[in-house]
Amino acid sequence: MSLAEARDAIRAKKVSARELTGAFVSAIEKARPLNAFITEAGEKALAMADASDKRIAAGTIGALEGLPLAIKDLFCTKGTRTTAASKILGNFVPPYESTVTQNLWDAGAVMLGKTNMDEFAMGSSNETSAFGSVFNPWRAKNSNANLVPGGSSGGSSAAVAADLCLAATGTDTGGSIRQPAAVTGRVGLKPTYGRCSRFGIVAFASSLDQAGPMTKTVRDAAIMLKSMASVDAKDSTSVDLPVPDYEKLLEGGIRGLRVGIPKEYRIDGAPAEIDALWSKGGDWLKAQGAEIVEVSLPHTKYALPTYYIVAPAEASSNLARYDGVKFGYRAPGVRDITEMYEKSRGEGFGAEVQRRILIGTYVLSAGYYDAYYARAQKLRSLIKRDFERAFELCDVLLTPTTPGPAFAVGAKTSDPLEMYLQDVFTVTVNLAGLPGISVPAGLSETGLPLGLQLIGKAFDEGTLLRAAQAIETAAAFKHSPAKWWSV
Amino acid sequence: MSVDKDTVRRIAKLARLAVPESRLEPMAAELNGIFQWVEMLGEVKVEGVPAMTSVVAQKLKWRKDEVRDGGQADALMINAPEGEEHFFVVPKVHE
Repeated sequence: MSLAEARDAIRAKKVSARELTGAFVSAIEKARPLNAFITEAGEKALAMADASDKRIAAGTIGALEGLPLAIKDLFCTKGTRTTAASKILGNFVPPYESTVTQNLWDAGAVMLGKTNMDEFAMGSSNETSAFGSVFNPWRAKNSNANLVPGGSSGGSSAAVAADLCLAATGTDTGGSIRQPAAVTGRVGLKPTYGRCSRFGIVAFASSLDQAGPMTKTVRDAAIMLKSMASVDAKDSTSVDLPVPDYEKLLEGGIRGLRVGIPKEYRIDGAPAEIDALWSKGGDWLKAQGAEIVEVSLPHTKYALPTYYIVAPAEASSNLARYDGVKFGYRAPGVRDITEMYEKSRGEGFGAEVQRRILIGTYVLSAGYYDAYYARAQKLRSLIKRDFERAFELCDVLLTPTTPGPAFAVGAKTSDPLEMYLQDVFTVTVNLAGLPGISVPAGLSETGLPLGLQLIGKAFDEGTLLRAAQAIETAAAFKHSPAKWWSV
Repeated sequence: MSVDKDTVRRIAKLARLAVPESRLEPMAAELNGIFQWVEMLGEVKVEGVPAMTSVVAQKLKWRKDEVRDGGQADALMINAPEGEEHFFVVPKVHE
C-alpha cells in the first residue's frame, strides 16, 4: 500500500490508524532477519496511533494523519534512543526532537521505530553499522546470497522495500538516500540543501547533509517532502522560502521539458545494462513530450575525490564532540582525561569512521590545508558552476543512480575506494547543493532493481518530481521481492 | 605525498583517537591509497577560482541576542556517562 492510498483509506475511515499501525508493527517483528531496525517502537507507535484515531474522530486531520513511518536512526527523537548506528551513541536518549521528525508528528504521522544505517551515515552498504548489516529484501535470480540494501540509509531502504512501513526518512550526504532507494526498487529524494532543517540530525558533513523521503511512489515522495520541509530558526542554513504543495506540482506533464544528458556520466567499465536503461529513460521522457539535450559537466570526475576531502574534513570537526564527557560512550579504566578522550573515541568509533576522522584531521592540519581542503573547496565551486551552465540549456538532468545493482554482503568491504565509487553518480549533487531523485526503472539481468536519477535546479523540486513521475509512469515498475525473510 | 606510520600516529594524536600500534601500518596503507587517488585534483587549474563558502546563495541569518532556552540542567545530565547533581565527572585533570 502506498502512502497516498493509506492516507485516502484513513480519511474515508476504511481503516483506523490503530489497525494500520498494528499491521506494520507485526510485519516489523516478523522481518527481524533483515535487521532493518535498530530500535523497534511498537508500543509507542500504537499509542501514537490511538492519539491519531482520537484526532480523526474529532475531525482534526493532519496531512499525514495516522500514517506509520520508519525513521533513520540519525534523527534525534525525544525519549527514543538515537544511536547513529555507533557504539559511541549506543545508549543516547535525546532530550529533544529533530525538526524534521517534529514536523512529521505535527502532521499526524506515527513512528514505527528507528532504522539501521551505516555508522554516522558513512558508507554505501550499511555494513559499517555497529548494530550489524542489513539485508536487502531483494535477492538475485536463483540465488540465496544476502545482498546489501545500499547505504547509508540501508535500514530505511530495506524497510520501505519490504513493506515494513508506508515510507521512511533518510539523509543524504553523498548519495545515502538515492543509492539505497535505487538498489531496493524504491523512490529516494534528496531535496535542495537548506530545504529540510538539519536541526536534531546527528551531523556528518554539515555543508552536504540533507534529509529527504524514501517512498514507494513519486507521489508519496511529494507528500512526505511537503511535511518534512520547513523554514526553521533552529538551523541557520534553512532557507527562507515557503514550502509549496509538491503533490499539486505533480500535475501538468512534461511537454516541452528540456532534459539534459551529461556526457561525462558515461563511465568506462560501467555495465552495458546501466547505459541501456539510461537511454531508455531518455526515450521515455521524449515520448511524453520532453526534449533531450546533450550537456557537459566537465569536472564530474573530480567530484568523488573532492567529496573525500570535504566530507571527512567536516566530519572530523563535527565528531570532535564525542569525547565521553557529557554524553555517549566512555571507556572504562582510564588514568587521565586525555586517555579518556582517546580510548573512548578509539573504542566507540568503528573502522570507517576512524578512517574518515584521520583523513579529515590530516587535510585540515597545518601544512596540508591549502593543498587539500582549500583546493577541494575551489573544485566544489567549479562543480557547481558546471551545473549552472548546464541548467542554461536544460531544466533537469537524467543520469543513472548507481554503477550497478545491489552487491553481496562483504563484496566491497576490503577496499574503501571500491565502496566510495558507489556514489560516483550521486555525489556531485551534494557538492552543488541541488535536489536529486532516484526512481526505480527496471531490473538487471540478475533480476535486481536499477534506478535512474534526475537532478533539478535548486529549489525546483516541483519540476524534478514531475519528471520523476514521467519516468515512473513509463517504467511501470511493479516488481517486488519474494518474502524470504518472514519468520 | 605519502603517509607513513609516524604520520598516522601524529594525526591520531591530534584527533584524540587511540589507534593501536598494530593498526598504524595498515591504516597508513589505506590512507595512502585514498590520498593517491585524491592527487588527481592537482591536474585542475584553480587559480582565480573562489573557494566555496556556501552552497546556497543566502546571507547567514542573524537573530536577536537574547535568551530563548535554558534551565535544562536535568535534561542535560540524563546522558552523562558519570555525573553528580549538575556536574559532569571526569578523571583528574590537574595533579
